[in-house]
Amino acid sequence: MITATGIDLRLGAVDVLSGAQLSTRPGQVVGLIGPNGSGKSSLLRCLYGMLRPHRGAVLIDDVAIGSMSQRSIARAVAVVTQDTSAEGIDISVGEFVLLGRHVHRGDHQGFTDDDRKAVLDGLDMVDMSSFADRSIHHLSGGERQRVLIARCIAQQSSVILLDEPTNHLDVRYQHEVLALVRHLQIDSIVVLHDLNLASRYCDHLALLDHGRVVRQGQPDDVLQSEVLEPVYGIEVRRLADGRHSHFAFGPLSP
Amino acid sequence: MSVVVAIGLGPVGVAPPTVLKIIGHHMMGLFDAESWARTDDAIIWQVRLPRVLLGAIVGAALGVVGVTLQALVRNPLAEPYILGVSSGASAGAAAAILFGVGSWLGRESVSLMAFFGALGALALVLALARSSGRITPSQMLVAGVAVAYLLSAVTSLLILFAESEYGARAVMFWLLGSLANADWSTLPIGYLGMGAGMILVFWWRRRLDLLALGDETAMASGVDPGRTRLQLVVVVAMCVGFAVSLSGGIGFVGLAAPHIARRIIGPIHRHLIPASAAFGALMLVWADVAARMVLQPRELPIGVVTGVLGAPVLVALVRKLSHNA
Repeated sequence: MITATGIDLRLGAVDVLSGAQLSTRPGQVVGLIGPNGSGKSSLLRCLYGMLRPHRGAVLIDDVAIGSMSQRSIARAVAVVTQDTSAEGIDISVGEFVLLGRHVHRGDHQGFTDDDRKAVLDGLDMVDMSSFADRSIHHLSGGERQRVLIARCIAQQSSVILLDEPTNHLDVRYQHEVLALVRHLQIDSIVVLHDLNLASRYCDHLALLDHGRVVRQGQPDDVLQSEVLEPVYGIEVRRLADGRHSHFAFGPLSP
Repeated sequence: MSVVVAIGLGPVGVAPPTVLKIIGHHMMGLFDAESWARTDDAIIWQVRLPRVLLGAIVGAALGVVGVTLQALVRNPLAEPYILGVSSGASAGAAAAILFGVGSWLGRESVSLMAFFGALGALALVLALARSSGRITPSQMLVAGVAVAYLLSAVTSLLILFAESEYGARAVMFWLLGSLANADWSTLPIGYLGMGAGMILVFWWRRRLDLLALGDETAMASGVDPGRTRLQLVVVVAMCVGFAVSLSGGIGFVGLAAPHIARRIIGPIHRHLIPASAAFGALMLVWADVAARMVLQPRELPIGVVTGVLGAPVLVALVRKLSHNA
């Protein structure tokens, strides 16, 4: 369980977050939405210690993140990052997922059969078992995201954070990845751009604008045109087909 | 095996069985000392064996340091001297050779001054790279290159001001590297220092895997990239300091050995670190054999040999990288 309250973050001369708050919800997918530059990824990075806020508290299971070692943070929180530097090193999917187990082993300890089993379980859960020996270079975008999620599963943390996991994915993989996250039923926070995906796969949404969470609640409450229009500066029309809500966007009429 | 053959090779050749007998005689009192020539005994025990042993440890250390730096700055062209450490060592050695700086340190004043120069350069690089908070790969590279240029300029100035042709030649020979100064009195310090450094790097092998995958990935896996980078850089600089102070600035081994090892063994540091050490040691021992043999009885600086052999490797590497891009 992560709780962040009153988060102020300044990067260089820019106030990125001012008084932002966000929490995980047991077994639920929390969506973090907002326009470009609203501070979504920065807020997410504050939750696992990548960025240190200037004011406010981040608590992981009621312990202040500042008093925890990076290793104990990582034991509690797994992250699907946007890091693409992985392309520089040519390792296999199995080795990559196995490195997620580092949080449970000392620097000098080798990996055990338990670790290898956790890796197999993780890959199995995302339906990637047959890819264990494949190089991470030879994966499609969707396969890559599933491997990153397998790594989080193998890490066996109680919370998963995902930073724009649907980026660069085609429509089918976008749905597949988010359906998988939802299926895991682990407390998770996912940064999303696509409001249709947010409406469909999140149990709870937080809308960020200029470093502040301006609205939180059920997707149906947050995804209202009178809430979204001032934040995104576009016209939002909501269409329902009986099962799901869909959103259509256009420029604001002058 | 390689070591025994290498010891036997040189302007005066000694057959491998005799080499083994001489070593056995000195270490365990085996064999009768009358069954080989006195000169062979002196050459093998006093000159060649320390020299080959020094080459092996320095080569291994340079290989491990190269692998470490390539992971730390996430750049395949990183090598031991990229942090300006060798330039610092060279400046220290030049000051000692040309102006007798630190002569109160005794017989090993040149080595010691080189070592202090290396540590000074490291302190400067870290101060520059840290000035904006966390140490990132690009800050480290820029600071390292800047310090290297600065200290090379200092070395050149020292040579100019000294106006001593003999001194300039001595510095030059030193800059190009040589194992000729190997002797039994300095070997244990070298083995201890570089051995400890290599063990520490191997201890942190998984952190290197994670750092190579990116700072965010490392962070998410419980490894603080800034702190780990700082710890490893200090270890690496100690290793380079020992290597440079005992054998001068031997280039290319630290770049080529990790790449050859990676091609054969793969990128996982658990295997890559020992493999780079092995390749580094082999390369340097045999480069030294070439340095002794090619123009005998004159001896080539070993830096010239590793440069001549290493340059084609570097070119092949760059070509392969551009093919992949």
